[in-house]
Amino acid sequence: MSTAPLIELRGLTKTYGKGDAAFQALKGIDLTIHKGEFVAIMGPSGSGKSTLMNVLGCLDTLTTGSYKYEGIAVENLATDQRSLLRRYALGFIFQGFNLLARTSSLENVELPLLYRGMSRKDRHEKAVAALNSVGLTTKLNRTPGELSGGQQQRVAIARAIVTEPSTLFADEPTGNLDSVTTGDIMELLKRLNEDRGITVLMVTHDDHVATVAKRRVVIKDGLVESDITAPP
Amino acid sequence: MIWNAFAIALREISRNLTRAFLTVLGIFIGVAAIITMVTLGQGATLAVKAQISSLGSNLLTLRPGAGFGSRGSSAGVPNFTEKDAEILGEQIAAIAAITPVRTATLSTIYQSNARTSTITGTTPVYFQINKWTIADGRLFTDADLRSGSAVCVIGNTVRVELFGTENPVGASIRIGRASCEVIGLLATKGQAGMGDQDDTIIMPLSSLQRRLIGKTSEHSINQISISAQEGTESLALISDITEIMRIRRNLHSNQDNDFNIFDTRQIAETLGSTTQLMTMLLAAVAGVSLLVGGIGIMNIMLVSVTERTREIGIRLAIGATAGEVLLQFLIEAVTLSCIGGLLGILLAFALCYGLAQVIKVPFNFNAQINVIAFAFSAIVGVLFGYMPARRAAKLNPIDALRHE
Repeated sequence: MSTAPLIELRGLTKTYGKGDAAFQALKGIDLTIHKGEFVAIMGPSGSGKSTLMNVLGCLDTLTTGSYKYEGIAVENLATDQRSLLRRYALGFIFQGFNLLARTSSLENVELPLLYRGMSRKDRHEKAVAALNSVGLTTKLNRTPGELSGGQQQRVAIARAIVTEPSTLFADEPTGNLDSVTTGDIMELLKRLNEDRGITVLMVTHDDHVATVAKRRVVIKDGLVESDITAPP
Repeated sequence: MIWNAFAIALREISRNLTRAFLTVLGIFIGVAAIITMVTLGQGATLAVKAQISSLGSNLLTLRPGAGFGSRGSSAGVPNFTEKDAEILGEQIAAIAAITPVRTATLSTIYQSNARTSTITGTTPVYFQINKWTIADGRLFTDADLRSGSAVCVIGNTVRVELFGTENPVGASIRIGRASCEVIGLLATKGQAGMGDQDDTIIMPLSSLQRRLIGKTSEHSINQISISAQEGTESLALISDITEIMRIRRNLHSNQDNDFNIFDTRQIAETLGSTTQLMTMLLAAVAGVSLLVGGIGIMNIMLVSVTERTREIGIRLAIGATAGEVLLQFLIEAVTLSCIGGLLGILLAFALCYGLAQVIKVPFNFNAQINVIAFAFSAIVGVLFGYMPARRAAKLNPIDALRHE
């Protein structure tokens, strides 16, 4: 790997609560991720893998240690600067989809573009293209309540990729889906990684799902237990 | 950024119309209630003031007896004489007009209709003092007074009860044992907090004395009506009148007054402050309804806070800043409050207009209360719409997303 790392963690810790009630979810994570990787973060429940994902995605703050994203020291960023990092560089897919209720697929996907101040016409074109690429051309005006779980997750993926992020964070993206739909979604993520070069970080506890990733990082008790890259 | 926030806010309102409707409703009802109550209350105050001023604002009435209540019994107290009125008029410069009055309660009959009426015998000056104007026919004159002719003018209540829809002018009615021609119908005055002013029959004093009661002594005047010059200090005038009357009635310095002076200006002030108090009471009641409306809004906002906190989490996660999210919520709250406030003002206008006709008070548009009610509703709406959002926007995105 000759390129500079995309993500570089040194001694990252995260503690919830204070005093006697304090709980250390991450106890010192060192991890380096390069551009274009597809990393599965695995581990048993309560191991801290989701916490790690949230800190990496700037959805949560770290307690101590350093986190560099493309060389930027994230721990020094103000709240609004972290918002801007999410806006311009990061995309998210959640287990629970987290789409806006009573809002059409198209509007859900347009939303991140709206915060980028894009014109109405550009927003529409890009959102339609993103929904096309996840295979939802015919469901543009459906609201989440009118879509199946797999379709909702596709809308969420379209929303995450419409801004062309450099990194896509997926937290148990198939946790609420059946096996057939799971296969479809994983295929979609794989294509985004291979065809568009988007770095994908995915939390999962499903070995089968993790086979899509070339690299597996296993977290246990707040520490990296193993970090294995499959041979090409 | 602000246009973006506008677009997002309006989209969010249109997405949840039930919530928007309930929010608007709370403000709408509160604003309409407070404006309606205050406007109608002020209309009533104005109506009372207008009726009091129709009594004559500088009107004093002299009656025998020490005053109202048990102490004020006029039994055994001598009436006034016509000379008393004449002397007061000559000696006190502050008196603009003065007239003796004799009232009697007698049965009145026209064809098959009969009722008991109060008959006032007086001089034509009385009409001027009490601001009576004629609606039909004519008032009686000094010539009628001198000749003691059997004529009278009647108030509208008497007309309705004796004549129904018939024209009373020129008709003859029976008063007590005499017959009397109705020569005029008085213009309506209405209720004035002291009984129906239109329930009256007025005739020349001489006619009443000779034809109806039979004058038995000089002391036949049971009331003296006085109007003061504009700008007169009524306390000074009352003390002048009292001094002269005590001498004329031969009262020793250790005797109490055996007459009383009724000053309409004092009554006007009392009634004015009473209706003002009522308006304030109404405003307080309406204020409570506005508060209840505010609590309704708060309720809706707090109930929707779970859903909205997740929404805030989603918006933050896809890259909105806390400021952008707050601006959106502020615009939502302001928009809903303003719509509610404006609708409330419109409803209040319609209600005031309609109710003013029904309860017969003047409709008088009060810009101040409209502005106050609107501003209050906007503040309440913004406060309760904005504050929960402020708390949520301060959370880490992941905490907002996980909010249950």
